[in-house]
Amino acid sequence: MEIARKVHRVGWRYLLDRERLLSTLLISPALGYILLLIGVPLLLAIYLSFTNAISGHLEADFVGLKNFRTIVTDPIFLQALKNTFIFTFVSQLIVLILAKILALALAKSFPGRPILRFLILLPWVAPISLTTLAWDWVLGASNSSLSVINWTLRAVGLLGPTDWIYWTAFPESAMAAIILIHVWRMLPFATIIILAGLTSIPQEIHDAATVDGAGWWRRLFEITLPLMLPIVAVAVLFGVIFTATDMTVVYILTRGGPYNSTHVLASLAWQRGIFGGQLGEGAAIAIFLLPLLIVVAILMLRLARRTEVT
Amino acid sequence: MIKKIGTQLSLYVVVLLFVAFAVFPFYWMAVSTFKRNEDLFHVATDPTHNPYLFNLPPTLEHLTQLFFETRYVTFVLNTFFVGALVVVITLLIAVPAGYSLARLAGSWGEKLGIGIFLTYLVPPTLLFIPLARLIALLGLQDTLWSLVLIYPTFTIPFCTWLLMGFFKSIPKDIEEQALVDGYSRLGAIVKTVLPLSVPGLLTVVIFSFTLVMQEFVYALTFLLSVGKMTISLGVPIALVLDVYRWGPLMAATLISSIPVAILYNLFLDRFIAGFTGGAVKG
Repeated sequence: MEIARKVHRVGWRYLLDRERLLSTLLISPALGYILLLIGVPLLLAIYLSFTNAISGHLEADFVGLKNFRTIVTDPIFLQALKNTFIFTFVSQLIVLILAKILALALAKSFPGRPILRFLILLPWVAPISLTTLAWDWVLGASNSSLSVINWTLRAVGLLGPTDWIYWTAFPESAMAAIILIHVWRMLPFATIIILAGLTSIPQEIHDAATVDGAGWWRRLFEITLPLMLPIVAVAVLFGVIFTATDMTVVYILTRGGPYNSTHVLASLAWQRGIFGGQLGEGAAIAIFLLPLLIVVAILMLRLARRTEVT
Repeated sequence: MIKKIGTQLSLYVVVLLFVAFAVFPFYWMAVSTFKRNEDLFHVATDPTHNPYLFNLPPTLEHLTQLFFETRYVTFVLNTFFVGALVVVITLLIAVPAGYSLARLAGSWGEKLGIGIFLTYLVPPTLLFIPLARLIALLGLQDTLWSLVLIYPTFTIPFCTWLLMGFFKSIPKDIEEQALVDGYSRLGAIVKTVLPLSVPGLLTVVIFSFTLVMQEFVYALTFLLSVGKMTISLGVPIALVLDVYRWGPLMAATLISSIPVAILYNLFLDRFIAGFTGGAVKG
C-alpha cells in the first residue's frame, strides 16, 4: 500500500517534469520563428526609420527624426495618411451595415442557401491581386471604352451617349473605385463572422422574449444586437486591420495615381522604400501604421478577456 | 401563409442582390475567357452590342494562348513549389506548438496562444522593408527561397491558433489511456492524438496553401524576374506587360481563383472558429 502510493507519486512527478520539458521543446520552434522573423524585423523597422538606409548599401547612419520631419511636410504623405483613414473608415462603415443585413437574411435556412453562401464568399477567398485586375477590366480602368459598367450605365440611361467615366483618371472616381473593391472584398468576411454570432444566440432566449410579448424590433434591439456586440467587434477590428494595411488594391488599380492622389501609407512606403530604395524614409512612413495596430491589439485582448469572464 | 411566402420572397431578393454584386467580376472573368476578341473588344458606345451575351460563338483560343504563349504555367509551378514547402514547414512547426499550447497547464497556455495569434495581425506592409534588408543580407533576393522563408511568418501564427483549438477538443483521457498502456508521452501523442487530428491537419494544409496563393506584397518586394513569379504576382504584373489582352488575363484569374475558393469553402467552419475564437460560445 505504502509502496504503491510512493510509486504513484514518483511516476506522477516524473511525468510532470517531462511534460514541462516536452511542452517547452514543442513550442520553441514556433516562438523562435516568430521572434526572429516578426519580432526582430518589427524592431528593425523602427530602427531603420531613424536612419538614412538605402537599398544596396548595408551601412546606414543614425539621422534622428530627419525622415519624420521630411515626411510630415510632404503633401503626398499627408494625402496618403488621410486616404488610409478615409478608405478604411468609409469601407468598413458600408461593410458593417451591408453585412448585418446580409447576415440576417442568411441566418434563416432556405433551399439553395449553401450554394448562395459559396457565391457570396468568392470575393474574400479569391486572391485579391487577381480580382483587383478583374475589377480593372470591369470598370475599364485601363480601357474605359471597353468597360461593361460604362455600357450598362449607358444602356439604363444614367450615362449620356457621349459621356464616359474614366474611373482612375480623376482622384474622386479613383477613390470611389478603391472603396468599392474594399467593400466588395471585406463584405463576405464580415458577413460570415456576424452570421456565426447570430446562429450562436440560443433560440430559447428568443422564444422566452416572444412569450414575454417582445416584438421583432424589440428582440432585435434588446437581445440580438447586444449579444452580437463582441462578434461584430471582432469583424470590425479585423476588417480595419486588413483594409488599413492593404496596398494591393491601390498598387494594381492606380499605382497611387492620378498625381499621387490615391496613395495609402502602405503603398507609399513601398514606393519610397522598395521602388525608390529609400529604406529609411519608407520605414518611417510604414511606422505610422503601428499606433493603429497597437490600438486594435489592445481592443482584441480586452474582448478576449471579456468573453472569458462571461 | 401569403405573408410567409412574401417574407421568403423578399429574403431571396435581398440575398440575390448581394450574390450578383459578389459574383459580377467572376462572371465577367468567365465571359471574357470564352469570348472571341472581335466580340470582347467592341466599343462600349454601341447599344445594340450587348456585352453580357455571346454575340459570336465562344472560343477556347484565350485558354490555349494562356497555356502555350505566356509564362502562366511557370507561375503555377512556382506557386506549387513555394506552397508545398510552406505547408511542410507550417505543419512541422505549428502542430507541436498547437499541441503544446492546448495541453500546457492552465491559463498561460491560452495567453501565449492569444499572443501568437496577435502576431498574425502584424501586416506584411509593416515588415517588407526590414525583411527586404534581411533577404538581401542572406543573398536570397529574387529567389523562391525568400518566399519559402518568409511566408511561414503568417501561416504559423494562424495555424498554431487553429490547431490549439482543435487539440483542445480531443479528450485528454485517450492519451492518458495510452500512457497507462505503456506508451511514452511522445508515443502516446503519435499513436492517439495525431490520427484523431487528421481533419485539423488537413485544415492547416488548405489554409497555408490558400494564404500562399493570395500573398502579393512580399512577392512583389522580393522577386524581380518574371520566371520566378508566383500566380498572384505574375498575372497582374508580368502577364499584363506580356499580353495586354484581356482574354488570357481573365482566363488566368478565373482558373486560379475557383479551385482555391472551392477548397476554402470546404473548411470554412474551422476558419470562422479560428477568427471568432472565444467571442462565440458553443
